[in-house]
Amino acid sequence: MFVLVEMVDTVRIPPWQFDRKLNDSIAEELNKKLANKVVYNVGLCICLFDITRLEDSYVFPGDGASHTKVHFRYVVFHPFLDEILIGKIKGCSPEGVHVSLGFFDDILIPPESLQQPAKFDEAEQVWVWEYETEEGAHDLYMDTGEDIRFRVVDESFVDTSPTGPRSAEAAASEEQPRKEAPYSLVGSIIEPGLGLLSWWTNS
Amino acid sequence: MKHSAGQQNLNTITYETLKYLSKTPCRHQSPEIVREFLTAMKSHRLTKAEKLQLLNHRPMTAVEIQLMVEETEERFTEEEQIEALLHTVTSILPAEPEAEQRTGASSAEAMDEEGPA
Repeated sequence: MFVLVEMVDTVRIPPWQFDRKLNDSIAEELNKKLANKVVYNVGLCICLFDITRLEDSYVFPGDGASHTKVHFRYVVFHPFLDEILIGKIKGCSPEGVHVSLGFFDDILIPPESLQQPAKFDEAEQVWVWEYETEEGAHDLYMDTGEDIRFRVVDESFVDTSPTGPRSAEAAASEEQPRKEAPYSLVGSIIEPGLGLLSWWTNS
Repeated sequence: MKHSAGQQNLNTITYETLKYLSKTPCRHQSPEIVREFLTAMKSHRLTKAEKLQLLNHRPMTAVEIQLMVEETEERFTEEEQIEALLHTVTSILPAEPEAEQRTGASSAEAMDEEGPA
């Protein structure tokens, strides 16, 4: 679920940090810039893995800081399509089951990808698998906090960079813009072995 | 010295990621174990993605294997082949202490090789 991504960036080190080792300053700056942030079409950046190449550092007129082009590798969370992951159920809504990995929250399993037949219990706000046996139907509840094994079936990157100022007319009529997650995953638990871990353990 | 607000993101994400990984079988692995596992897996002829998932999850049942390995019906015609694959996985990759109690007999061998938790 994690990949190493090769990146290149120019890092600015202010003069008051010149007493520190360059590699340490650069590592700190890169982590400040990327850790816990989503890079569009790449994934959720976790932490710096290593620095592969440092080019010469330059000081430009008017700015006392040094600028260094750095080639480095970063640990990034980016599961591959069809990968199996285990997460915790964060909650249910009519949109489906929301799953979290702790460090990554935007995972949704839509109703059509649940073990069928499934129904949404409005009173308890929870999705239920109506599991049929010869004895009759067992209602298996997808409760918050339960461990769940799912398959990644789709991913979505949304560019959340700021847009320019809107025209006066649009600004007057607009409501609160919807906050979209920059990186989200769609999961499925429709196959045997998927769903709550407790459904499949040999007891 | 200022451990600035800029460090907060790094701290948060590494804490949460380590917390997540500490609850997976990966917590007990080392580079040597991974190397030993990949060597033993050569005979089973799986793709890189399939071996990665076996490493990440340490499956203990045929149902889990079928989720992570594609087209098991065509590639594993005999049931013994899936059993052999499960054996390689459970004997080389260290288990979680609670998992041992859950599956009982099938991981009895693994328990003999395990030191104290």
